[in-house]
Amino acid sequence: MQWLHRARLWLDITRSRGIARRYFVVNGFDGALTMLGLIMGFTISGASDLVVVLNACLGAAIALGVSGVSSAYVSEAAERRKALAELEAAMGKDLGGSAHGHAARWVPLLIALVNGAAPLFISLFILLPLWLARAGVPLPWLPLHTALGCAVVAVFLLGVFLGRVSGQHWLRSGLQTLFIALLTMGLVWLLE
Amino acid sequence: MINVKRLVLDVLKPHHPNALEFAHAVAATSPDCRVQVTVLEVDEKTETLKVEVTGSALDFERVHEAIGQCGGSLHSIDEVEVCSGGSGGSGGA
Repeated sequence: MQWLHRARLWLDITRSRGIARRYFVVNGFDGALTMLGLIMGFTISGASDLVVVLNACLGAAIALGVSGVSSAYVSEAAERRKALAELEAAMGKDLGGSAHGHAARWVPLLIALVNGAAPLFISLFILLPLWLARAGVPLPWLPLHTALGCAVVAVFLLGVFLGRVSGQHWLRSGLQTLFIALLTMGLVWLLE
Repeated sequence: MINVKRLVLDVLKPHHPNALEFAHAVAATSPDCRVQVTVLEVDEKTETLKVEVTGSALDFERVHEAIGQCGGSLHSIDEVEVCSGGSGGSGGA
């Protein structure tokens, strides 16, 4: 609880809650649409080997996660260092031991974890039907179609989350992102 | 036993944490602590505060540490009130 309290304080004093939320949605959206595109591609190609589909999608999910963590950490660490240096100049003292110094060291890591975890976990949710099918669990539809359904649901839920953040009606926001998912599926369909 | 009863401090701090969060952090330094924060001046990145802390036995070092943890800088101790045993006393710095 002490760590949670500190993390909240660091996010508050650096005004980073909005940044973390934005990263979660942006990279989560990336993850969901990447999986949607990949699975749609496998579907129209008539791929039947679930091992190949799973490994390709899992590889992409891991790459998105690593890319999310590393890119956010590098950029946020630079931003936090700059902000701390400016504040130290204004205060005329070293703030390394203060909450601001701790925040400058830890907030980039927290944001990087959010940025990397969002696409990874959303991708794993979308791939869940493929794992279940491989494990012999009966599904109501074909595994690839069920995974496509999960991707569409994930994109819709991200839209609902955005709607709640912005104060917009959740259904309207969810339908907007759903339209983007359907547009992506349509564009991939054109490849056939 | 000499107890510090009241401190009036001149503090420079960043805008965040705000005055309320700052007062919470200072108040947490002793169990019966009362903190009054007055914002005297606001600059682009900093603000100057008058911080009045009262309690039955204030721990100055802990108050100072809490100010530092919030990124603040103690500029001066403007008033103090201490008492030894049952009697009270006051002075200025």
